[in-house]
Parts: sequence; C-alpha cells; structure tokens
Amino acid sequence: MKQLVLQLTGEGGLLAGVPYPLAAALAMLLFGAIVVFVFVLPVAGVTSWLERRVWARIQSRVGPNRVGPQGFLQWLADGIKNMLKEDIIPTAADRILFSIAPYLVVIGFIATFAVIPFSSALVIADLNIGILYVTAVTGLVVVGVLMAGWASNNKWSLLGGIRSAAQIVSYEIPAALSIFPIVLLTGTLSMQGIIQAQGWAPWHWFLFHNPFTFTAFFIFFVAALAEGNRTPFDLPEAESELVAGFCTEYSGMRYLLFFLAEWGNLYVIGAIVTTLFLGGWQVPHVTDNPFVLAVLQFGVFFLKSYFWVFIAMWVRATLPRVRVDQLMSLCWLYMVPIAIVNLVGTAIWMMVVPAGLDRVVQMLMTLGGAAIVVGFFGRVRFHLRRAKLRDVDYYYNPII
Amino acid sequence: MDAAAIFERLQARFGDAVVTFDSGGEPAVRVNPSAIFQVCEYLKTDPALGFDCLSNQSGVDYPKRNDIEVVYHLYSYRVRHACVLKVSVARDNPTMPSVWRVWKTAIWQEREIFDLLGVVFEGHPDLRRILLPEDWVGHPLRKDFVEPTEYHGISTKRESML
Amino acid sequence: MSLGGYDVEVQRPGGLATEEMTLNMGPQHPSTHGVLRFIVKADGEVMREAIPDVGYLHRSIEKIAEKVGYHGFMPYTDRVDYVAAMPCNQGWGMVCEKLAGIEVPRRAEYCRVIAVELNRIASHLLSVGSMGMDIGAYTPFTHALREREYINDLLEELCGARLTFNYMRIGGVAWDLPPDWVPKAVAFLDRFEPLIDEYNALISYNKIYVERLANVAVISAAEAIDYNLVGPNLRGSGVKYDVRKDMPYSVYPEFEFDVPIGTGEVGTVGDCFDRYIVRIREMNQSCRILRQALAGVPEGPVLTKVPRKFKPPVGDAYIRLESARGDMGWYCVSDGSEYPYRVKIRTGSFTATSIIDKVSRGVMLADLIAIVASFDLVAPEIDR
Repeated sequence: MKQLVLQLTGEGGLLAGVPYPLAAALAMLLFGAIVVFVFVLPVAGVTSWLERRVWARIQSRVGPNRVGPQGFLQWLADGIKNMLKEDIIPTAADRILFSIAPYLVVIGFIATFAVIPFSSALVIADLNIGILYVTAVTGLVVVGVLMAGWASNNKWSLLGGIRSAAQIVSYEIPAALSIFPIVLLTGTLSMQGIIQAQGWAPWHWFLFHNPFTFTAFFIFFVAALAEGNRTPFDLPEAESELVAGFCTEYSGMRYLLFFLAEWGNLYVIGAIVTTLFLGGWQVPHVTDNPFVLAVLQFGVFFLKSYFWVFIAMWVRATLPRVRVDQLMSLCWLYMVPIAIVNLVGTAIWMMVVPAGLDRVVQMLMTLGGAAIVVGFFGRVRFHLRRAKLRDVDYYYNPII
Repeated sequence: MDAAAIFERLQARFGDAVVTFDSGGEPAVRVNPSAIFQVCEYLKTDPALGFDCLSNQSGVDYPKRNDIEVVYHLYSYRVRHACVLKVSVARDNPTMPSVWRVWKTAIWQEREIFDLLGVVFEGHPDLRRILLPEDWVGHPLRKDFVEPTEYHGISTKRESML
Repeated sequence: MSLGGYDVEVQRPGGLATEEMTLNMGPQHPSTHGVLRFIVKADGEVMREAIPDVGYLHRSIEKIAEKVGYHGFMPYTDRVDYVAAMPCNQGWGMVCEKLAGIEVPRRAEYCRVIAVELNRIASHLLSVGSMGMDIGAYTPFTHALREREYINDLLEELCGARLTFNYMRIGGVAWDLPPDWVPKAVAFLDRFEPLIDEYNALISYNKIYVERLANVAVISAAEAIDYNLVGPNLRGSGVKYDVRKDMPYSVYPEFEFDVPIGTGEVGTVGDCFDRYIVRIREMNQSCRILRQALAGVPEGPVLTKVPRKFKPPVGDAYIRLESARGDMGWYCVSDGSEYPYRVKIRTGSFTATSIIDKVSRGVMLADLIAIVASFDLVAPEIDR
C-alpha cells in the first residue's frame, strides 16, 4: 500500500503535488471504508443469518430459509426493512444522547477491525500496541450502552445499561489478565507479532503452549462472551427480565445498529481468540505466490474465527442466563484470581522450564486437546446411534 | 370425621346459638357471622379437627332471603377430612369478620368476595377490589346488578352478531 | 437485607439520598405469562416488594354461568384455563353430575382420564419450556412445544380442537375415541417418555439453571398450606398430596401411579427447583396412567342420557379435582331451575399469585421471573 501511495503522489501520478502524509492518511481512510462496507457489515450480517440458522437447527426449527439460497440473504432483507422503518425517539428521552449512543457502540466494534490481521499482508494498521488498542476501543461499547440506557428514560433500559456497565467493566479485567500471558511469551503487543510467534501446527499455538495459557484461553473466551453480552451473560438485554434491556426504546436503524455491533463483536471475539491462542493466519509454507498465500491465510483465519463464532452460538442455544450477583461472583471470585495465577504461572514457566521440556509439554497438551475432541465426537456418535435405535426422528440434516 | 361429628364438636364448644346444622344440599355447619373467626380458629387449632387449609371461600347472593351467604370449604391436610361452613350476612349491610389471621389464603379470597359481592370483611388488611377496576361501581355477582351501559365512555352494549 | 440468599448489609453514606425505584412490570411484559401485572418496588436489582395486580383477563365467567345454563356453560369452562382446558371441562361435568346424582359410564370416565392426562402433559410441557425460556435458555421451549404439538394433534383427532376442547359433557364425553386412535397415543408415549430424560439432560440439571432456581423463594409446607397452594406447587413444598390419590374421583383409583414431591435435592425443600422438577416427574406419572388407561378402555356408551333441559335438584355441590395447575375447586349452587344459581371456580393460579407478594421480598429482580414461572401461573386462570 505504501508503494502504491508513493507511486500516486510521485511525479506524473494522479495525486502529484499532494504531500505524502496526507495521501497516506486518505488512502488508509479509503481502505478502512472499503473494509467496513465490503467486509465488516457483511460479516455482521452473515453472522446474524448464521446465528439464526444454527440456533434454529439446535432448537429443532428450520430458521430463515426464504431469502436467497438457504436464506443466506436474510440479513440484507432485514437491513433494508429496518432502514425503511420509522425511527422513533421517545418524547421524554434525551434526544442527543439517545441518537448518538448506537453510533458509539458501532464505532467501538468497527474500530477493532483496524488491527485484526486477516493475513500476513491484509491488515489495515499493524499497530505496535494492537491488542491493547482492541481492549481500549471495545471500552467504547460500554459508554454507548450506558448512554442508551440512560437516555431512553425508561427504567428497564436504565437497568439494562447499568447491568451492562457493571458487567463489561468487571469482565475487562479477567480478559486483559488473560491477554498478558501471551504478551509475556511474545514480548509484543502487536497482533502480527503475536501471530508470527506461533506456527501453523496446533502444537505451535499458544493454546497448547503450557497449562497456564490453556486456562487463560478459556477465561478469555468466557470473559469475551460476557463483554459481548452473549448468553449466558446476556443480562443487559435479558428479554424475559428487562424486556429488551438498553435497546427497549430503540427502533428501526438505531435498533439494528446495536445488533450489528453485537453480531460483529461475535466475529471480533473469534478473531482475537484466533490471533492470541490459535495461531492466527499461520499456514504451512505451500507456495511462494503471495496472492495464493494471502487467500490461504485469509481462509484459515476466517474459518478459525468462525469456528469460535459457532461455539458462541452453540453456547447461547444451550445455556440459561446467570443472575446478576452470580455474574459478579463468577468474575471476581473465580475468574480474576485464576487469571492472576495464569499470569504469574506463565512468568514462572518461562523462567523455569527448559527448552526441551517445553516441546514435550506442548506435544502432550496437543494430544490432550485432540483426545477431548475425539471424545466429544464419540459421544455425539453414541447419542445419534441411540436415537436411531429408538427410532426417534432426529433432523440432523442442516439443509432444509 | 364427617360433617355431623364436626358439628357435634362445634356445638359442644360454642352452643346452639352460634352453630346450627344445615343438611340441605351438602351437609354444612351454619355459623353466626359474629363468631366466625372464633369458630375458624378453633377448627384450625383443635388437634382432632386440624383444618389447616381454607380450600375455597365463596359468596352466594340470595335476594329473596335478603342475605348473602359466605361459604367456607375447609380441608385438613393433616387429618384428611373436609367440612363446609356457611355464614349468612344481611344483604343491606354485609359486614362480617375476616378470617385472614387463621388462613392467609383468605386475604385474596375475601378480596374477591368483596369485589364481586360486596361483603365487607372487618379487620382485613387490604380490602380492595381485585378483579375489577378500582373505580367500578357495584358488585356484579349480586343478582340485582345491572350492567352499566358504558364504562369510561366505552359502550358495553353490542349489536348481536347474528 | 438478603441478596440472593446472602445477608448483605447495605451502607448508605450520609447525605446520599437513595430512592426506591417503582417498576411497572406488565401487563405487557415478555414473561408474565399472559396479562399479569406486578408493581415492583426495587432498590437496584433487589426487590423490596412485588405486588401482583390481577384482573386484566377477567371475563366474568362465573357471571356468564348464571346466564347460559348448565349445558351451555361447558364451552366457557375451556376459557378458564386454556392451557389445560380438559380438567376444567371435567370439573364442570363432575360438579353437575354430583348435583344431579348422575352416574358416568365407565368408558366415558376412561376417555376423560385419557384426555385429561394428555392435556396435563401438554400443560406441563408448556410450563417447563417457558420456565427454561424465562431463565434464559430458549432451546428447551421449542423442544417442549414440539412434543406438545403431537399431543395437540392427538386431542384434535379426539375432539376437533387443539386448545379449547369442549370435549366433555354432563354425564360423559361428546365423542368416543376415534378408531385407531389408541395405538397412536401409545406410539406417542413410546416416543415421549425417553424424551423426558432428555429434557433433564438438556436443562434440568444444568449448573446455571440449578443455581438460578435452588434456594429461591423457599416455601415451607405449612406456608404452602396456609396460602392454599395446590398441585405441583404444594407438592414442591414436600406435601405428598394429590387429589387423584387422596380424594379419588373418576377411575383414578384403578391406576397405579406415584405422587412425586419436592425433596430439596439441590437446595431447600420448597424452592423453585422443586416445583419445577415435580412437574417433570409428573409427566412421567401421567405417562404411566395413560398407558394403563389406554390398555384398559372398557366397552360401552360414552354419554348417559341427560335431559336437554337439565334441572338439578335444589342444593349445592363442591368438587375438587387435580387440574394441571393442581387442585381446582368447583362450587355450584342450584335453585332447581335451568340455570346455575351460582358457580365459583377456585383455581390454583389464583391462590399461588397471592403468595408472590410474600416470597418476593428481598429477592433479585431476575428471581421474580423464576418465581412466576415456577408457580406455572396462567393469567386467565387467575382472573377467570
């Protein structure tokens, strides 16, 4: 990109005479806008469709299957419908705060895409404080949610907003504490740096690096679910308790923006988990063609992150919601202490364990992980067989 | 214990002036309204009777007799027997003691009787209308209740769909 | 102050004024199961009190009874509790039969028992499913409703309706079992019974679910009787009482079944979980009754001759039967005319609602939802 900008601003270029920094900034903005419209919004939309389909299949329903093949374009129809709907602002609401709250939430999630490395080349900005930046900008979401809850002038919204604030602020801590072990291991905050410190094979991933990173992974994932207001931590918008929580009074496009952020955040969670623990875009060196390599890396990264998106959907379809005091005690009594132990443990591990043993432990842990996966699929097979024996009509065909 | 035996115990305790036996319909014990609380308390606390549950409390309006009858269907989960108490109160001034201190379920059941039949239960902690709106006039389960033609400007009369 | 079971001291720094928040929960709220309203006074997430305000679904069914006559009232009884309409049908039938001293043919009694027990399973499925949904797990709801559809299909074949059945008549039932219906019902039971274990695997013993329900809104046996809780709510408090067993009616004495009670297996006896698990186990028992009933349907008529102008003798009758929401009381006074003089229906939801004010003090807002769901409140049944 740098070369392209240099070419354009150079002699005879289209933008001859424009100072380089300005041109570079413009180029980045343009690229960012392209990423947002071509990638981020469709990702959020497709995630919404996928969630509804996955959810429906788990609940033995069919789900949206009318718009486009398998209902794939449902998100477009929903988006258009919501844009055409009337945007109601309640009379008693604080108009300004009410209007800008959804945008803050959306900005909070879109901004994270700036540092997400889709491949070794495809990244808007490889900031040297990448992961810290992500933690910081997702903080904007809580401001937006709290603002929405307060400005709605509705008690349910207020409760939802306050719940969300308490929840996100609390769960930022175990999430951040679970990032630190990785930072300790790599010595960098850059997302690309973290990925480059891992390899394509599972035993090179930080997930299986040592027992502490293994625990840190789960703590991070759970905390990320809580930060993303996902079940079992969807208290801020708990339908059966708070009607719709902080978005009770919203309608039309503003309402959709909250959900855009929620589904987009789901992908962000998957992407960050992939970056930190699962080797990111690392692929085996199969070709020297940079274009093919980029496509491969992008595909691997995309699949890995969508796997975790799927897990989050699965969790949402399975688990009930925790109560607000249980939410807090889970965070402060269990997750924060364990996260601190992880941090200290990783540091000690780096000091104590010799390089040779390191390799053995990684291999053993990978084997353990594989055993868990094999055990899981064995269980699934067992249950499906038992169901078939009983002649219960299970609809495990996902294509209806 | 059947109704006759229960009546004998009550008779021995309270005398004929308070309780009489009513064998028309289901056998029941007629109780003087002023003594209903004492009778109920006795029915609950006496170990042989042990009526720990007020299964149903309902009111019936008898304009011809000029009284409202409040019927108590009692049940004992401990002894596993049932008994019916009937209390008649004057229709123009239907006032009688509340039994909510004996059975908590009477709080709501008495509210319902107050709402629909207009019996005033003295000593009730929260005697408000329960099913009907607060500003409703009249007590609909009384036989002489005439449906108002409108409620807050909404007509209650409708043309027949047929 | 009690906060989720823990005693918590609330400290208010001097000069910082705090105010209780009054929340108007309902009549339109996702989890009030119909139109039920709570006026909630809350201090943040902790409720000071939740006062139920009922009557939004009052359709004056008792008054209607005085105008439509004995036979004509049967369709209205469906509307008393539309989730479990069969027991209401049966209640009205039974109270009229008791008034007039009518003997119901045995085959009709079997039809009644089969219909009522199927309806009980359907009602409990809805209750269990919506309980999961109120706690935040949506999957059990759809799985439960899927099975309920099969029951609805069966009942539709039996009486032509899926919700408000109007199946029973004074002196029997309206229609005989359709041909080939019994094998279908047995096939449904074969399919359904293993699924109860699957619900348990899916949700009942889920850690979060148990944590949400255990030790919440504990009602002691004495309290439950004092407030006249009935049915699963009473049994959840550990009182082994089932009208079908202890005041037998219809042909229930001929069947073998157990009365499941709350044992406090995950918390205290009488908490929300106990009320929930009693319903799950009752579905098993209903299946047992159904299997016995379906196997032994006797031959004979399903309706005795009852005069069109049904005039029971002067008097009154009170019957109790086990509806899906527990002991339902029907009181009918006859003055010897064609029209009932007075009908009173004492429903399980009505008395259960009266205890909410008491048990909701000091629990969290989210617990109120669990409490309402655990009582299996159906708003039309409260208001009638």
